[in-house]
Amino acid sequence: MQAITADVFKALSDPTRRAIFEWLAHDGEQTVHRLTARAGVSQPAVSKHLAVLKLARLVRDRREGRETHYSAQPKALVPLVDWMSHYGVFWRERFARLEGLLNKMEK
Amino acid sequence: MKTPNPTTRSLVIEKDMPHAPEKIWRALTQAPLIGQWLMENDFRPVMGHKFTLRAKPVPNWNGIVDCEVLAIEPNQRLSYTWGSMGLASVVTWTLTPGNGSTRVRMEQSGFPSEESPSYKGASYGWKSFIGGLERVAGEIN
Repeated sequence: MQAITADVFKALSDPTRRAIFEWLAHDGEQTVHRLTARAGVSQPAVSKHLAVLKLARLVRDRREGRETHYSAQPKALVPLVDWMSHYGVFWRERFARLEGLLNKMEK
Repeated sequence: MKTPNPTTRSLVIEKDMPHAPEKIWRALTQAPLIGQWLMENDFRPVMGHKFTLRAKPVPNWNGIVDCEVLAIEPNQRLSYTWGSMGLASVVTWTLTPGNGSTRVRMEQSGFPSEESPSYKGASYGWKSFIGGLERVAGEIN
């Protein structure tokens, strides 16, 4: 679980990878060729980015003829969403406790 | 540890509290007091001091946070690393005195980020990404 979270963070720490992931999430399955045309970087670079996204289970690949098709796996985002909401709730609750303590403390 | 990169995604919570900065500082830096509102700990207000915060484990979280003091400016600013759930982040407290109250600001920064201005599709910052994330998450189930 923790290792997967770290992989997801690492994968999404790069703006090109975030862009690729968003395209796949919004526009559905695409080939490496199509992604390369959109990304404006070389195909090996795109393939490398896709490998990192795949390691984090953010994308899935499917071979068809000569082309590899990639699609987004939004479920892999769950740990990230959990992390954000975990700390949002956590700190709000701790702030309330801090205020409660301050009200009890002497000057 | 360097100052957090401005492009790093962070969580900020701010609140005006009707107490003097000196009093709030004690609550932030005295171990028994920290234990009353944050977590059990072995904090000491010493630069470089490594300490551990411990809470009751919950699903997906073992309740342990590994920390190291990065900055101490009495009654003004306190910063420590916050390592938990396989991720490193930095928590920084800033106290700003106001009229009869103190603004308490907590920033937890730590999303790794490699924002590059050279990247053409520059709209893919964390902010818009996280915005879209909640929508995507809503569609998951």
